Amino acid sequence: MESPAPTTPLFEARGITKIFGELRANNNVDLTIEQGEIHALLGENGAGKSTLVKIMFGSLQPDGGEMFWLGEPLAVRAPAEAREAGIGMVFQHFSLFDSLTVAENIALSSPPGENISDIAERAEMLATQYGLPLDPTSLVGDLSVGERQRIEIVRCLMQDPQLVVLDEPTSVLTPQEANTLFETLFRLRDEGRSILYISHRLEEVQRICSTATIMRHGKVVDSCDPREETAGSLAAKMVGADIVDVVRPALKGEGAQILEVTGLSSFADHPFATALKDITFNVRAGEVLGIAGIAGNGQGELFARLSGEEPASGGSVKIDGSECIEHGVTERRASNAAFVPEERLGHGAVPVMRLSENMLLTHHGEDGVTGGGGLRTVAGRFVAKAAQAVVSAMDVRKSSHNPPAASLSGGNLQKFIVGRELVRKPKLLIVNQPTWGVDAGAAAHIRQSLIDLAAEGSAIVVISQDLDEIFEIASDVAVMADGHLSPVEPVANMTRERIGLLMAGQNASEVAA
Amino acid sequence: METTAYIILSVCAAATPLLLAALGELVVERSGVLNLGVEGMMIVGAVVAFGTAQVTGNAYLGLLAAVFAGAAFSLLFAFLTLTLATNQVATGLALTILGLGVSGIIGEDFVGQPGVKLTSISIPYLSEIPMVGPLLFAQNPLVYLSWALVAGVAWFLFRSRAGLTLRSVGDNHVSAHVLGIPVIRVRYLAVLFGGGCAGAGGAYLSLVYVSQWTEGMTAGRGWIALALVVFASWRPLRVLAGAYLFGAVTIAQFHAQALGIPIPAQFLTSLPYIATIVVLVLIASNRRLTMVNTPASLGKPFVPDR
Repeated sequence: MESPAPTTPLFEARGITKIFGELRANNNVDLTIEQGEIHALLGENGAGKSTLVKIMFGSLQPDGGEMFWLGEPLAVRAPAEAREAGIGMVFQHFSLFDSLTVAENIALSSPPGENISDIAERAEMLATQYGLPLDPTSLVGDLSVGERQRIEIVRCLMQDPQLVVLDEPTSVLTPQEANTLFETLFRLRDEGRSILYISHRLEEVQRICSTATIMRHGKVVDSCDPREETAGSLAAKMVGADIVDVVRPALKGEGAQILEVTGLSSFADHPFATALKDITFNVRAGEVLGIAGIAGNGQGELFARLSGEEPASGGSVKIDGSECIEHGVTERRASNAAFVPEERLGHGAVPVMRLSENMLLTHHGEDGVTGGGGLRTVAGRFVAKAAQAVVSAMDVRKSSHNPPAASLSGGNLQKFIVGRELVRKPKLLIVNQPTWGVDAGAAAHIRQSLIDLAAEGSAIVVISQDLDEIFEIASDVAVMADGHLSPVEPVANMTRERIGLLMAGQNASEVAA
Repeated sequence: METTAYIILSVCAAATPLLLAALGELVVERSGVLNLGVEGMMIVGAVVAFGTAQVTGNAYLGLLAAVFAGAAFSLLFAFLTLTLATNQVATGLALTILGLGVSGIIGEDFVGQPGVKLTSISIPYLSEIPMVGPLLFAQNPLVYLSWALVAGVAWFLFRSRAGLTLRSVGDNHVSAHVLGIPVIRVRYLAVLFGGGCAGAGGAYLSLVYVSQWTEGMTAGRGWIALALVVFASWRPLRVLAGAYLFGAVTIAQFHAQALGIPIPAQFLTSLPYIATIVVLVLIASNRRLTMVNTPASLGKPFVPDR
């Protein structure tokens, strides 16, 4: 094997420092990206990855440090300058405009002068070339998450970048969509471009990256070849301590039927909804039912009918033996059920309200929360204490005593929202995407607490697109495809391949165990 | 025949100030800013136009001054809502109240004085075409201006890159900021344009429509213009149609009474607002239509994170 000739690194950052108030978001960070490599930037949420990337892209100005491009000093004062230099960025939160067409969205980040129909033509060509089919005339608001990401990638490729930065690109994709993305990335690498790949999905990083820089608390703590590490050793470097594996106790016999869903159906109430078709399943005490499926196959619709947020068009939902199909969320909660929706901000919590106030959202009907007789005044001190109990039980890390929900990092807020339901010790807990976009440490904590609740004799339904998560915590598995739910089977009967086929809508009887 | 022409001309006269102010507000709202101060900016435009024209004897200088006064007045709104990120609804309401008060003070000496009229321009030959000629080609300069603005705004919003940038800011200011679009600067320019247009609409009232100054002479036209923008679901050509429809309703109030048609005047006065509510319900029932036309970040303050 010949050793590659030493080349100048494509990009180099030395001693980058960025201070927000008292927080050193980046503390003397060094990063070197060679030409033609896929370089991973690993770290928990809040480790400073996004800050570093924003500085590279000119959205933030560093307080110290310098950057080099092919050995020459590089200063980026604005995103346009970064693009000019050859840095392309695919954001985790897409910067797209729902009311504009694909072509218009792409045009907005292209240098002025070129007219929109030329841009559309060029975009379509690039899209085909890299296996990312796109219709330039469709409205972004009508597109799926995967398609939206394609726009971001094509938009970035329009500038012919030498360095492509991707921030958590697969957190919203199905395994198949992710594979397509990796193909595209390999093609870009083979063309001699470099890729900075930000993720906390360790298996992916091991699969596609040749170098990894690991950040923790604003500092670079290690740099290694991820292919020579194990997922466990990488995670340990990221978190700074070994992640405790989730412990799943064996089921003790048959529990009582807690949730019985029979023939549950709904109409698609808007053009982008999926109709639920005759959904039937049961969950017993002590069981964790994992519902897998590709995003947009009716999981959100199912959650809304189980929680009582949206009315069903037919069928029955029995919680602990009593019929609840006509009941709203509060009545179902009174039957000792609890619900954790998918979106943390805006659905699970009110962003501008403090934690104690957010506590009230699901606890308003309980004893002790309201006092003052008929006036039902909120017992502020009681609620604040309850919120603090959740905070300490779930190890929620926050900046002040009782901060607004929006100021918490995703992982910490998710721990709070799950913990808020756990303190009630519900007999039935239904969770949609419990660890979406949550760092590894927090995800392990949340999964363990779900399993602990099941061990205490509650029934749990976890709707998740993350197959690792399902295999880690579920005792039984069912798969949603186009509004249908496959029959529930013990997790031991399931393989990834089989779930993949069921996800693609194949009939359970055709997909032999 | 003469009556028909007369009615059409008076509809046109009633529609033009609405059209001017609403087109300006349309651009403002497309950038994601809700300026409820249209009434205030219009009346400031009206009094400044009247005063300048009377002092200089030149109605065109009056018009120019009104455009500048409207824009300057909107600059106050822009500074408060965009730089200081105050609540747009409250600030807009304050602007209207302030405008009504300030114009009253400025205009105290102008009450009852004869004004300088901005006279119509007949385009040679074209205006002699029977029927159509006098209606289309013997109009006031401000009417021509309002028609040109419809075409200009429509072209700008949907054909030009700058218009695309403006719509993107109105759709999602966070995304726009991330892409490096100067959100606040775009909104400043939009608000100033809206102020200038409202000023011109006010000038039409005091230089053409009645050509005198009375306190509170805008008489709620700013509010109708605001309703008109929603009625038109933020599309310039529909603003044109809506302005003439609302203008016709205003004229109908006078003629219905004169002709003894038993429609209560109050009903006709409220008609534009009722129509707006109906349109709001109609567009709200169609998610896609709402998505395409309603600026999604309308009224939301934006503070860039630096």
